[in-house]
Amino acid sequence: MTTTLTAPERRAPRRRPVRGRGLQIYTTLLVAWLLLPIAVMILFGFNDTKSKQNFEWEGFTLHWYAHLFDKKDLTTALVNSLTIAALTTVIATVLGTLAGLALGRHRFRGQGVSNLVMFAAISCPELVMGSSLLAMFVATETPRGYLTILAAHVMFSVSFVAITVRARAVGLDPKIEEAAQDLGAGPWTTFRLVTLPMIMPGVLSGALLAFALSVDDFIITNFTSGATQTFPLWVWASTRTGTPPQVNVMGTLIFAVGVLLAIINIAATRRRARTH
Amino acid sequence: MTDTTPVPVRDDPGRADPAAPAIELDGVRKTYHSHGDTVAAVRGVDLSIAPGEFFSLLGPSGCGKTTTMRMIAGFEEPTAGRVRLDGRDVTGVPANKRDVNMVFQSYALFPHMSVFDNVAFGLRRKGVAKGEIKARVGDILGIVDLAGREKRRPGELSGGQQQRVALARALVNRPRALLLDEPLGALDLKLRQAMQVELKRIQREVGITFVYVTHDQGEALTMSDRIAVMNDGGVEQLGTPREIYERPATKFVAGFIGTSNLLSGEVGGVDGAQAVISYGDDGRIVVPLREDRPAAAGDRLEVTVRPEKIELLTERPDRPGSLVRATVAEVVYLGTSTSYLVTTPGGAEVTVFQQNATNADDLAARGDQVWLAWEARHSYAIGTA
Repeated sequence: MTTTLTAPERRAPRRRPVRGRGLQIYTTLLVAWLLLPIAVMILFGFNDTKSKQNFEWEGFTLHWYAHLFDKKDLTTALVNSLTIAALTTVIATVLGTLAGLALGRHRFRGQGVSNLVMFAAISCPELVMGSSLLAMFVATETPRGYLTILAAHVMFSVSFVAITVRARAVGLDPKIEEAAQDLGAGPWTTFRLVTLPMIMPGVLSGALLAFALSVDDFIITNFTSGATQTFPLWVWASTRTGTPPQVNVMGTLIFAVGVLLAIINIAATRRRARTH
Repeated sequence: MTDTTPVPVRDDPGRADPAAPAIELDGVRKTYHSHGDTVAAVRGVDLSIAPGEFFSLLGPSGCGKTTTMRMIAGFEEPTAGRVRLDGRDVTGVPANKRDVNMVFQSYALFPHMSVFDNVAFGLRRKGVAKGEIKARVGDILGIVDLAGREKRRPGELSGGQQQRVALARALVNRPRALLLDEPLGALDLKLRQAMQVELKRIQREVGITFVYVTHDQGEALTMSDRIAVMNDGGVEQLGTPREIYERPATKFVAGFIGTSNLLSGEVGGVDGAQAVISYGDDGRIVVPLREDRPAAAGDRLEVTVRPEKIELLTERPDRPGSLVRATVAEVVYLGTSTSYLVTTPGGAEVTVFQQNATNADDLAARGDQVWLAWEARHSYAIGTA
């Protein structure tokens, strides 16, 4: 064949050089503004404070890192928060992905209502949702605790996952799944090898959202927790008597993990962009 | 194209009946329900496609050709009728269990997989051994001229290359039939013409039955062994490209395939196997009678004749066959030929192509009185009007 065409030239991402210093100064100030509270949080994790309060700089120490888990109830609260967030992520991602696929791929009776409910769940004020959940749990005599927190978190995260997955699924060519079927793949194999990898970016961002929403949720958790403590609840309660520096350390570590995940995500995206 | 080892034509140990057609449609109908109405997309199609045949389903959009193909592939189930592959009834068998493969108009390549993984997909589903997969994928990529591009992603390839990956991905499975749904529709004209030749060569090389869906009559005429012209959910005519072009069975086929002229008139007399229609004061159309459509004196008959069969003359010639007086309305110079649009006394518009072989000048100019002459065998009766 003589009409063979060469592959399109690979484009290296090229940025326009920034002209003038004004934009640079503005950007630096904005980033500083965003990072300032986090910097304060990290700094006061190293504060050698002697009092119950942790507001005044009294010298550098690694004491709080060494004694991170000394406060048993704080550790329990952190473990609760992390396990609830992890479980919420798994459950909400599975349910939300299926819902998002259904909403993005198929026409069915009640589709409009389902879409509306998704957005209502997102736009509903947390106070309203929290108090109505409490009312429901009280009315049905459900004991409040770990499981009710989990149920509530799954409920409000599922819509976020569904909406990010739906956005991805809408753009999929249904013929690609037909092609897989045509080549001998059954429904499950088609989903595993073709559909899921193609909607994966949506699934991953949905999962990250679910985790982030769950791990630091305060309002809804406060209504549904009963006697169970989570990290945000514990910190809130401690502000009355004095927040120990361990809270800063834990906050720092959670932030560090978040930054690490973001970097991994960016690296993966770059790698994908290179191979595509 | 470099020399490649041809893929051996598969022997068919699994054929239910060696004499059976590769694909057989038996009274296949497909109706949809929409807004309370029942819409028939395909209304009773009977087809029998021979093994190794290049068969085209040709028709305008909405004629049911794609639905027919999707019923062969197993993506749609017929409302009534049977689908048989190699004599085996596969009606109701899902697409992933049918031994036919499809090439989609949008290619439908898996964007997250390399070219190799795309092509190997079907073989892996069948559990073919790793070494054999590597060899077969390599062979087929050689045939479609994509050797060395195994590691690329579809997004890195040009449209023509993606098209050939789609073809390789289907062919590597050595299916009983390959179904192609307007596979060249997204390519530009030059590439499309090159791919037409390529497709035909590949089909000869692999010896697999091709069923080709297209709305492009040129494409169908170029490549097919036989064509089924479809319209409004049914088959209008089934035949070789030559039969369909030269002897269109219906007005629709005459109008859809190429340029054709329609003339009608009253049969003045029947002379043996020919009917003579008097046309105008001193003109006549001679048309062979069809066994399936007998006509007698007094019947009105519609006749079609292709523009390149008509000769344009300035004087009334003395010869047998059809002779019609006309006035030149338009002359269009086309390079290798000149196209004349003329009007007959009956008010019909007729297009005539004349080769620009030797004539330095046009035969006639606008407004000239001319004579149209063509042999009896080039008239074809398409119905009694």
